[in-house]
Amino acid sequence: MTKKILFFSFILCLTVSVFFGAEDEAAYMAIKGARIIPVVGEDIPDGTILIKGSRIEALGKDIPIPPGTKIVDASGLYAYPGMIDGYCYLGLSEIVSIAATNDYRETGRINPQVRATEALRPDSMHIPIARSNGITAALVAPSGGLIAGQSGLIRLTGWTPEEMVIKKSVTMQIEFPGLPGAGFRRERAPREDASKLVTELQDMLNKARYYQKTREAAKKNLLLPYPEFDDKLEFLIPVVSGELPVMISVQAEKDILAAIQFVREQKLKAIFYGVSQGWKVASEIKAADIPVVFGSLNDMPPSWEDGYDAIFRNPSVLQKAGVKIAFSSRSAVSAKDLPYHAAKAVAFGLDKREALKAVTISPAHIFGVSDTMGSLEKGKLANIVLADGDLLELRTNIRKVYIEGKETDLSNRFTELLDKYKSREEKEK
Amino acid sequence: MNKTLAAFILGIIVTALPCFSDGGNLLVKNGTILTVTKGSLPKGDLLIIGGVIKDIGENLKAPEGVRVIDASGKFVIPGIIDAHTHIALSGTNETGDVITAEVNMRDVIQAEDLAIFTALTGGVTMAHTMHGSANPIGGRDITLKMKWGRPAEELIVPQAYQTLKFALGENPKQASRQVFGGAPQRYPATRMGVNAIIRAEMLAAKNYMLQWERYLKDTKGKNPPKTLAPPRRDLRLEALAELLRGNLVARVHSYRADESLKFIDLSKEFGFKIVCFEHIPEAFKITRELRTEGIGTSVFVDSWAYKVEAAEGIASSAAYCTKNGVLVSINSDGGERMRRLFNDAGKTLKYGGLTEDEALKLISINPAIQLGVAKTAGSLEVGKDGDVAIFNEHPLSAYARCEMTIIEGDVYFDRAQYLKEREEAAKQAEEAKKPGGGQ
Repeated sequence: MTKKILFFSFILCLTVSVFFGAEDEAAYMAIKGARIIPVVGEDIPDGTILIKGSRIEALGKDIPIPPGTKIVDASGLYAYPGMIDGYCYLGLSEIVSIAATNDYRETGRINPQVRATEALRPDSMHIPIARSNGITAALVAPSGGLIAGQSGLIRLTGWTPEEMVIKKSVTMQIEFPGLPGAGFRRERAPREDASKLVTELQDMLNKARYYQKTREAAKKNLLLPYPEFDDKLEFLIPVVSGELPVMISVQAEKDILAAIQFVREQKLKAIFYGVSQGWKVASEIKAADIPVVFGSLNDMPPSWEDGYDAIFRNPSVLQKAGVKIAFSSRSAVSAKDLPYHAAKAVAFGLDKREALKAVTISPAHIFGVSDTMGSLEKGKLANIVLADGDLLELRTNIRKVYIEGKETDLSNRFTELLDKYKSREEKEK
Repeated sequence: MNKTLAAFILGIIVTALPCFSDGGNLLVKNGTILTVTKGSLPKGDLLIIGGVIKDIGENLKAPEGVRVIDASGKFVIPGIIDAHTHIALSGTNETGDVITAEVNMRDVIQAEDLAIFTALTGGVTMAHTMHGSANPIGGRDITLKMKWGRPAEELIVPQAYQTLKFALGENPKQASRQVFGGAPQRYPATRMGVNAIIRAEMLAAKNYMLQWERYLKDTKGKNPPKTLAPPRRDLRLEALAELLRGNLVARVHSYRADESLKFIDLSKEFGFKIVCFEHIPEAFKITRELRTEGIGTSVFVDSWAYKVEAAEGIASSAAYCTKNGVLVSINSDGGERMRRLFNDAGKTLKYGGLTEDEALKLISINPAIQLGVAKTAGSLEVGKDGDVAIFNEHPLSAYARCEMTIIEGDVYFDRAQYLKEREEAAKQAEEAKKPGGGQ
């Protein structure tokens, strides 16, 4: 329904703009001369991307360009799809140690009713920094407790939360309790409580099912009482009905196995987050068909027996086992570093192409938006990054970032402060 | 079980270290050699004899019995130096008091800290490991080589500067400390208090020096009074007196530009030497003063906004300061970041546009100068220590991985060897699990 409305308003806009012959938005733009890395399919050396409005109209080596098209010369540059951060706090956190600036951790254990996108601060100083490094979309997610709340997908541009939010509810975040004897150094909850917490989680989901059933039944049969409203269970209904995937934060081998069982028993649509010891149970994760979003690779090994490089080689092992993988910054202050986590995994065995996918098309697949983003393809949104080199390389400069066909501002807090104090040196010279 | 296995693997790593067989003699062949200070050789050799670099060039021959390491397709750089970390210590902050100049990190070296091994896996060969930042005047720091498996005394780099840690700003004023109702907050709780307490302590140290000078003069006099007694020996003031005499130099944890400038004033008031401001995210605001005073900075490349005083720490500061004549090094502050200092250096190519050599200097010769060891470390030059790191790709690439770390001609980390031993250990552990195995 909304899609239809959107479509018709789009047509209307188009007609209006054609009629009045002035509107720039729906006009054509062509990025010419870049080496195009579409991520899906072969690279196109010296290709052209034709953009109409917010979408890619065509791309290839020789494609006809309509007269009056705005031409962007990108010779010598590389064109990539914008990157997607698989889990971050962009817009939810400004200064780590100052609680007043942090909005990603609600109090209490069970918070399915909260949505990260409703705390989003479009003016966060971290967003333009991430964007200027080629990141155009991000999953912003709450954390902490047992059920942390709902994540949402945002585009890294816009004046208001509304302008930024692509999907207000993408996953329900669950922090899987660390089981006793799982042998993992980061314990989220007291070990003795962990089994109880898993039971609590199961109970919540079962209650949600019962809540849904009794309500459905009451709708059909007027003789049955309507259940009392419950704000927690209400928001677990999409989870138990399989509409809303859960993103389960889980690290240790034993916990991962327990989480797989939990997902199976509860018949959930699941994504795993973290999975530091995933390499030990790669085939089990693959068999369960659960995609994985990694946390920051700037971390020590989960246990010394795993070896110094366990965190670094983990993505490669899982990808080779056939698991769909994506990277994340799990951060606001260093969200710009997303590509470097992927590159670090390459240094320890991950194929370069697969690494690139894991920051573009794979997160798009995992979050159910691969029809509109994650690669450079005809019909997809024009989220395009023009770089002077390999997107995952430290030395690469990002020259232009387009989000849905619009060029974005690459200035940010770093450049503003530098410019300000540059003038001090210059005055003195 | 886990502990036993850990000890088992650890045992293998330690005992199987190939380092002691080479006797400090090695020939690294056919690598791309980045000397950092004397240009690069696209395909060159590096000869280390007796722990010291003997020759760098093409087609060098290995003297008889000297192990040859094939570095074809690899990048050979000076061992990475970390000018500020806190590893290999069994304590970091003496929080029992506010001024603790008498404590010495030399007393708490923990040579078996696994962080030494992980530092090696990131190509680090030397580190300045320091007292923490809880106190306005902390303690003495120590410079160590990452000689994993060797006793503590062998790790110490004796020629390095003797340094004393100071701390300004949020940490010493305990900004993040929860003060409960009725409980007194520790003095100092403001930046003015931090400066005041340091000044008071310096004045006390000066007074202490005068007392001793008077006493020593009196004892040497013709008719020393019979009642002449030495002043009470105060190890805390003794350390500060050493600073005022120039035998110790100051390393100053600071964040804001203004607090750093005020500390420069203090150093002038008392005439002691500041080698480095630590972290100093706002260094780019005061490049003129740093340049004029000849004070270096030892910084994170782009960690920022973790607290208010770090909220203006821009990623291009390291490069900008370098270009404006400040001696900059990139530090880790801890074991995790320590193994990716080469990645951090790589970021300065993009944020600030340094050249490859300039970027590599931030983790090699610059920290060496700041630690006072540039004569023996920090670059690949004939006559310097054979401290070397070998990478699979250019070390400033995001795809780089450290393959080998060498200290004074001995191999302390060899990834290929490590993988072989890990495989072997896993096999043995498998065997031990079988019934009747592992006895």
